[in-house]
Amino acid sequence: METRIQREARPESMLINMGPSHPAMHGTIRIMLELDAERILNAEVEVGYLHRGFEKTCENKTYFNLLPYTDRLNYVSPLINNLGYAMTMEKMLGVGVPERAQLIRVLMSELSRISDHLTCLAAMAMECGAFTVFLYMMKAREFLWDVIEFTTGARMTTSYIRIGGVRADLHPDWRGSLATAVRETRRVLKDVSGLLDKNSIFQGRTRGVGVISKEDALSYGWTGPCLRSTGIPYDVRKASPYLIYDKLDFEVPVGEFGDNFDRYRVRMREMEQSLRLLEQVAALIPGAAPITGEPAIEPAEAIRVSRRQKTAARIRLSPNLEGSEKARYADLMTSDRPAALGSTACGVVVPPKEDTYTTMEGLISHFLFFMNGHGIRPPKGDVYFSVEGGNGEVGFYVVSDGTDRPYRLHLRAPCFHVVSALEQLIKGRLLADVIPTFGSMNIIAGELDR
Amino acid sequence: MGRETLIDEIRTKLGDAVESVSESYGDDVLAVRPGFLRSLMVALRAAPFDYAVLLDLTCVDFTAGEGRFELVYHLYSLSRNVRLRLKTSLPAADPVADSITGLWKNADWLEREVFDMFGVRFTGHPDLRRLLTYEGFEGHPLRKSYPWRLAQPRIPMKDKV
Repeated sequence: METRIQREARPESMLINMGPSHPAMHGTIRIMLELDAERILNAEVEVGYLHRGFEKTCENKTYFNLLPYTDRLNYVSPLINNLGYAMTMEKMLGVGVPERAQLIRVLMSELSRISDHLTCLAAMAMECGAFTVFLYMMKAREFLWDVIEFTTGARMTTSYIRIGGVRADLHPDWRGSLATAVRETRRVLKDVSGLLDKNSIFQGRTRGVGVISKEDALSYGWTGPCLRSTGIPYDVRKASPYLIYDKLDFEVPVGEFGDNFDRYRVRMREMEQSLRLLEQVAALIPGAAPITGEPAIEPAEAIRVSRRQKTAARIRLSPNLEGSEKARYADLMTSDRPAALGSTACGVVVPPKEDTYTTMEGLISHFLFFMNGHGIRPPKGDVYFSVEGGNGEVGFYVVSDGTDRPYRLHLRAPCFHVVSALEQLIKGRLLADVIPTFGSMNIIAGELDR
Repeated sequence: MGRETLIDEIRTKLGDAVESVSESYGDDVLAVRPGFLRSLMVALRAAPFDYAVLLDLTCVDFTAGEGRFELVYHLYSLSRNVRLRLKTSLPAADPVADSITGLWKNADWLEREVFDMFGVRFTGHPDLRRLLTYEGFEGHPLRKSYPWRLAQPRIPMKDKV
């Protein structure tokens, strides 16, 4: 089978493959190049190597069960994917989220955004030969992921932000780990700026390379840092604020020329803004009230007691267990029960495990939530909602037919639109320019190929 | 321009193309006659509507005969900070729509994806072939008639470029 580039190739030029498995291709993507010596005459990008039928799979899962699949879209910032999906469903169901859960969501979004940018720039710098930058940034990312891991129990596959709230309260020691992460990230950003900003090798490979005009960037549907590098200050957090972003103080950094260096600078400055946001949000989150009442008892003991009579005792459950925090539910999970769900429905959040284990009503509502054909059943209709992800606008388009599974779920992946411009950006440039251009775009094959 | 004036403007200027105007969870939705899709897009992209960004294009398979495939476009106007959803229905027997690749550059890949996943063809597309799956893939996986986890036949190894 001939590809487009093979049909169009000049007889005297050389055709060469970059990828799908190439050391400089983070993510499996194939770039076919037509070369005249080092000059790229023509290029063709082939994607889909990581296509795993995300949208088809979602059509066969319940609204609650498909959440872990969203972790695997942009796997560097899974919490933002969780957030995008959860907020799409909240928009459809018409439920509100408690204040504390909203603050935690902002905190988690910004942590993810920084780790996303760090990963992108680390890989980009490494591919340009700056291995030190890679190590520094990976180190900072680990501190950020510590905060995430303490609270969510996972580094990447978090599934922490749920429809109607967040799964559990923050780790008791979250302030300490967050302060460390912010301090270490600031230090790394300063070091990296010192290493790269005036580095002539880095400048030579990024300045004036991979330039895109404002008009082209819009025509390609670019969003996020890549679009902002051309000077257009479009940020979903400012354009249509969600959560509490309208009450927070942050700037939207923009570039000037839309080249690789601007994309690098925009990401660096955006991380500084995200660090500011982290500090603001941390100050806004009140300390969790100590749980009062009877001392906690072990689950086995609670079951034994509840065989004789209903127990009001607190049950000691692992904080990582699903819904083990009944006392915190009012702060973390919505108690809204949308009228559209019908009178027999049990709401949109998992009933507390304490109730499930000890009362008949709790067990019934647990089954109602998880049984086939029950659970979350949004009204018929379609909805689109988007949040600002690490790469740009992460949008979910959901069509409901009134059952407990989405009739159609579509992800608007920001990467997809950015990569579609790659052919244009590298045409006419040198072979070596592919690497920094590709790196500055931050390709995440998980969301690109779905 | 407020929402009402915008809708009025669309109705007066582009009345022939628009089947209905509705609202879904706060978003404006236009149902469009398929034949007018391209001309409507041209008008919406220009002033005064100024929908400069094609945010997204996808398709929904509603399985019934007429109007089985519904193309869903999301437009965004940077200057007015509003989104617009356009829908157009295509018949099951011969789902063909006008390509808008000349208007937005990302329409190239978006239309290839819809062709790949749903088998909807776009007239005027420069290079309409599969995007996420591969040459030799049988069927269109996001159609409702395509079973989940259907195995695909083996294909010969690709020639080296």
